[in-house]
Amino acid sequence: MTLSRRQLLGTGGSLALTGALAAACGSNNGRDDDGGGKDGGAGRVTLQQWYHQYGEAGTEQAVRRYAAAYSAADVKVQWRPGDYDQQTAAALLTSSGPDVFEGSPTLDQIQGGQVVDVTDLLSAVQDDFNPAVLQPKTYDGKIWGIPQVIDMQLLYYRKSLLSAANIQPPTTLDELIDAAAALTTKKVKGLFLGNDGGAGVLGGTPLYAAGLSLVTEKGQVGFDDPAAARTLGKFHQLYADKSLLLGAPTDWSDPSAFVQGLTALQWSGLWALPAVKKALGDDFGVLPFPADGPAGKPTVPVGAYGAAVNSRSKHQAEAKAYIKWLWVDKTDYQEDFALSYGFHIPARISLAKKAAKLREGAAADAVSFATDHGYAQPLLWTPASQTAYQDALSRIIKDGANPDTELKAVVRKTGAELQRVQKAS
Amino acid sequence: MFTYVPLLWSVYLSFFDAHNTVSPHHFVGLDNYASMLGDRAFTDSLETFGVFALFIVPATFALSLGLALMVNRLRYAQAFFRSVFFLPAACSYVVAALIWKLSIFNGVRFGLANTVLGWFGADQTAWLSTTHPPWYWLVIVTVRLWLQAGFYMILFLAGLQRIPPQLYEAAAVDGARPGWQVFRHITFPQLRATSVAVALLLVINAFQAFDEFYNLLSDSRGYPPYARPPLVYLYNTALGRGQNLGEGSAGAVLLALIIAVVTVGQARWFGLARRED
Repeated sequence: MTLSRRQLLGTGGSLALTGALAAACGSNNGRDDDGGGKDGGAGRVTLQQWYHQYGEAGTEQAVRRYAAAYSAADVKVQWRPGDYDQQTAAALLTSSGPDVFEGSPTLDQIQGGQVVDVTDLLSAVQDDFNPAVLQPKTYDGKIWGIPQVIDMQLLYYRKSLLSAANIQPPTTLDELIDAAAALTTKKVKGLFLGNDGGAGVLGGTPLYAAGLSLVTEKGQVGFDDPAAARTLGKFHQLYADKSLLLGAPTDWSDPSAFVQGLTALQWSGLWALPAVKKALGDDFGVLPFPADGPAGKPTVPVGAYGAAVNSRSKHQAEAKAYIKWLWVDKTDYQEDFALSYGFHIPARISLAKKAAKLREGAAADAVSFATDHGYAQPLLWTPASQTAYQDALSRIIKDGANPDTELKAVVRKTGAELQRVQKAS
Repeated sequence: MFTYVPLLWSVYLSFFDAHNTVSPHHFVGLDNYASMLGDRAFTDSLETFGVFALFIVPATFALSLGLALMVNRLRYAQAFFRSVFFLPAACSYVVAALIWKLSIFNGVRFGLANTVLGWFGADQTAWLSTTHPPWYWLVIVTVRLWLQAGFYMILFLAGLQRIPPQLYEAAAVDGARPGWQVFRHITFPQLRATSVAVALLLVINAFQAFDEFYNLLSDSRGYPPYARPPLVYLYNTALGRGQNLGEGSAGAVLLALIIAVVTVGQARWFGLARRED
C-alpha cells in the first residue's frame, strides 16, 4: 500500500475541514416546501414556525391548535428536539430557516440583521409586558422578539428530609453548603445543580446573589470585584464534600432526581412545579438562590423565549401579523400556553395578576421571588463571554482552580467582547 | 462541490470578522488565527486530542490485533465470531454514547457500573463529571473501543489471511516455537502494511472525534472545559450560539494543517511512501 504525500495531505485536510464545517449542513431541513414558505392553496401564504421541544405533555398539541386556528395564513409548526438554539442560529444563516421562531435573539443576531424589528406590534400594550423579560429583547430602543412567557429557576427542597436532619431552609450560601453536606447520605445527595456541578445552569446567579452582575448598566464588566472570586470559590466546597449529585440520568431541568429521592435539594425551573407537586404533594418548598456576603441578596434568574421573525423570510409582513395575533391579541391562548401544560408566569402583567394558579402555595412564593429578586441575563452578555465564564466556573468547582486567576481571564474576555459589540452598535 | 467549495470558503472566512454571516465584509487579516492560537480553550482541545490519541490508538491497535489473532485461529464458527466482534461497528456512535451515558456509566446508584461496584461496598461514582480522577476517560475510551475494535479486527484478519502458510512451515522447520516467537518474527512483520494503515486511520479518526464526546458530555447549557476535542470546540465556536465563523474557520484551517503535518510525519516515520526494495 503506497500513499503519496499529496494524497495524504488532501485526505487529511479534507477530512478535517469538512468535518468541522459540514457537521450541520444536512440537506434535510424538515420543511415541506421549497424553504421560502411558498403559497398554499388558493393563494394563501404558508408560514413555517419553529418551537423547541417542551417537556410538558400537551404543549405541542396546544401550539398546533393555535396555528390551525389562525385564518389569515397557513401555519406549519415544527417541533424541534435537540439543541434548539444552535439549530436556529445555523438556520438563520440560510434561506431555508423558519419564518417565525421562538428564541432569544442574541445581540450578534440583532446587529447582524437576522431578525426583524417588531416594536410596532407592541405599541399599544408594551406597558403590559413584564419589563424584566422585555428588556433583554430590546436593543437600540427597538424590540426584537415578543416575550411568550416568563421562565424562572429556583431551589426546590424536600421538607421531610430537612426536618429529619433538623435543618432550616438555607438563607445564605454558607447555610446552603452546610445543609447540602448534612443532608448527604449513602443513598441521597444533598444538592443537585445539574450533572456538571452547576457551571452551566447557575450562570450569573451566584454573582447577583453576591450583589454583583454580569454586565453593569453602563455596559462594563459587572464582576471585576474580589467578592466574585470569594463567592464562586465556595462552590468547590460542595464538590469536595461530595454533597453534589452528579451523573443523574436526567439533568437539572427535569425534576426526576428530586422526586425520586436522589437529592434533598435541586435547582430547577418553575416549569417543574406541577410534576413535583404531583409526586410529593406538600412535602416540598421553594427558595431563591441564597444571598452571599454583606452586599448579597436572594436571587432568581428569569428569562423568556420570544416570538421572533426571520429577516430572510419572504413573508415578513404575514409573519409579523401572525405573531401579533398569537402573542399580543390572543390573550386566552397566552394564558393557556403559560399555565395549562408546564408552569410559567404569563409575560403579560395583566394575565399574571388574574391567574388563579399563581396565587397559592409554592407557585405564589415563586412569583414573589421573580418579582422581588428576579434578574434577566443582559443582552450584552455574549455567548463567547458565557463560554469563558462557564469554563472558569467548571474549573473552580471541580478542579478547585484559583477563582481570582480564573476570573481575571474571564474579565479580560468579557471586556473584549463588550468592546466588540458596543463598537458594532 | 461539497468538498472544495466549503474548504475554500472556510479559508476565505478565516480572514474576516464573520459573526453570524457567511458573507462577511470586514477583513481582519490574521487576527482570527492569533485569537485562536491565544485561546486557552483551543489549545486545551489540542491537548485533549493528544491524551485521547495516547489512549485510543494503542488500545484499539492491541485489542483489534488480539481479536484478529484469536478469530484467525478458530477452526469452527469463525464467521460467527467475526460477525459478533464486527457488529458494534454498525452501531451509531450517538446511540452507543447514550447507552454508555444513561445505562452503564450514569452517576447514580442504579447505573450498571455503580451497581456492580456497590456489591463490593464502593460509593457511587459520577463517571462523566468527576475530574479527579478523570473517570470520564474510561467512559470515552471504552465506548470507542467497543465501536471500532471490530472494524480494525477485520483489517488485521484480512492481513493475517494473506500471510503465506509456507512461512509458518519454514519457521517450524527452523525450530521456531509457536506463540510469541512466531508472532514476533513472522506474523507481525508480515502485517506491516496493515499495521501502518491501521495506525494512520486511528490517528486521523482520533482527530475527528466528535460524536461520542458531544453526546457523552454536552448538555443544553454547553460543554465542560475538560475532554473537549478540537472538533467539538470548533463546532461550538462556529456553529453554536456564538456563530463566530471567522474564528471557527481559522481553527479549522489550523487543525487541518496539524493533521496534515502529523499524518505526513507519521507516514514518513513508518516509511509508508518509501519504494519497496
